[in-house]
Amino acid sequence: MKTRIAPAAAAGMLAAVGLALASCAANRGSGDPEKAAVALMQRDFKPRGQATLDRLQQDQVQKTCSERAREAELPPADAERLQRSQLALIRYPQDGQYLGDWKAGEKLAQTGVGKQWSDDPAKPSGGNCYACHQISKAELSYGTIGPSLWHFGRIRGFGPETQKYVYGKVYDSEAFAACSQMPRFGAHGILTEQQIKDVVALLLDPRSPVNQ
Amino acid sequence: MKPIHRAAIVLCTALAAAAGMVFAQEPSSTEREIEKYRAALGEDNPAELWEARGEALWKEKRGPKAASLERCDLGVGPGVVKGAYTVLPKYFPDTGKVQDLESRLVTCMVTLQGIPEAEAKKNHFGSGPKRSPMEALAAWIASQSRGMPMNVSLSRPEEQRAYEIGKAMFFYRAGTHDFSCATCHSRDNQRIRLQDLPNLTTPRDAQRAYTTWPGYRVSQGELRTMQHRLNDCYRQQRFPEPEYASDAVTALTLYLARNANGGVYDGPGVKR
Repeated sequence: MKTRIAPAAAAGMLAAVGLALASCAANRGSGDPEKAAVALMQRDFKPRGQATLDRLQQDQVQKTCSERAREAELPPADAERLQRSQLALIRYPQDGQYLGDWKAGEKLAQTGVGKQWSDDPAKPSGGNCYACHQISKAELSYGTIGPSLWHFGRIRGFGPETQKYVYGKVYDSEAFAACSQMPRFGAHGILTEQQIKDVVALLLDPRSPVNQ
Repeated sequence: MKPIHRAAIVLCTALAAAAGMVFAQEPSSTEREIEKYRAALGEDNPAELWEARGEALWKEKRGPKAASLERCDLGVGPGVVKGAYTVLPKYFPDTGKVQDLESRLVTCMVTLQGIPEAEAKKNHFGSGPKRSPMEALAAWIASQSRGMPMNVSLSRPEEQRAYEIGKAMFFYRAGTHDFSCATCHSRDNQRIRLQDLPNLTTPRDAQRAYTTWPGYRVSQGELRTMQHRLNDCYRQQRFPEPEYASDAVTALTLYLARNANGGVYDGPGVKR
């Protein structure tokens, strides 16, 4: 029988190696600064509240898009592959209904709480859409990182195809625009199915102030 | 330094005036409202309260060794405070590390005053009556570089390495929201809500942002340092918490400070 290392001991050894690597990386050393940065963050960041250390681990999208931010544009073939991988993750509503309550959607668009170490994990998260987008005309305090969404339904149409697109876009923005700055609200469990429907309604309910 | 009560009265008046402006007018830019607030304050920057306390702390005999910090080497020679903030973070041979101001102050508290490291790092972010010696010291030391250009060196391999690591951290997307520092701070002329976002990859914006920290934060009623600013960014990025005065925070700070080179230090400022 081969020698086996108990998982806990192995984890301990890995952590020790990580610490040693981080110390070297922090001082001089050579090699990939990305790897050194990850090792250093693993050593110097501490879990707090719901923000645990596993959040420092990148998935493929995060890794690809971090590199892209520093270098050139993502090659079209890579962008397409990334989008396809994310499209496969989207779980559309079983009932085929995409439109929720636009009033609830407006509340979600206004609040940015959720998933921070200072937030209560038992409470629902917000979408914080206004941080980056103009949405309804009445809200003057909006950001400009994303495009304006005012009159979204009037411009893009109110039909089921548009509804499905918006649901998917909020669920996983990377499925439609590789390396988008927008969080993947459904894929990362930030918003629930009902909450995403409410956001869809904010943009696509003809009665929503967005379309007035 | 003017009497504290006078500064407090001016501050309250200005706060009320600023609040009135914010609600009475079409919101334009938060930065412009803060500008009005600064103008209303005139000479009475509330940061002066922290600066005065910091200067006293620098000279006060503290810790088991009953020593002051007056022999502390902040990178421009033992006991020299003028200009120190413009060269930090930098490599220090005695610790073998690249250190920012606060990490270096911890070193001096340990070596000169005999204060245990954990004790020196405790209470690093003040809150009301629970005051932070670090915030006061950082405010005073930074104020002694006012009018001097940022001059952060990468001449040592350790400094080059820290800069590269800091840059990688800046662009590192992770967590539930896929955010990195670059999500908000790598493009020109963007806003989050009404708050203007500096593009910290460009000299112009990096200079304007870096040279005004530490700053008195109107929204918190506290003076905050770069350590606090980065801690709060990571909270909003949904990351775990970076340890205070750690090598990771120093690396990121070095990246930002170096990008600000040539900018004239103008802090401690007044911030949102």
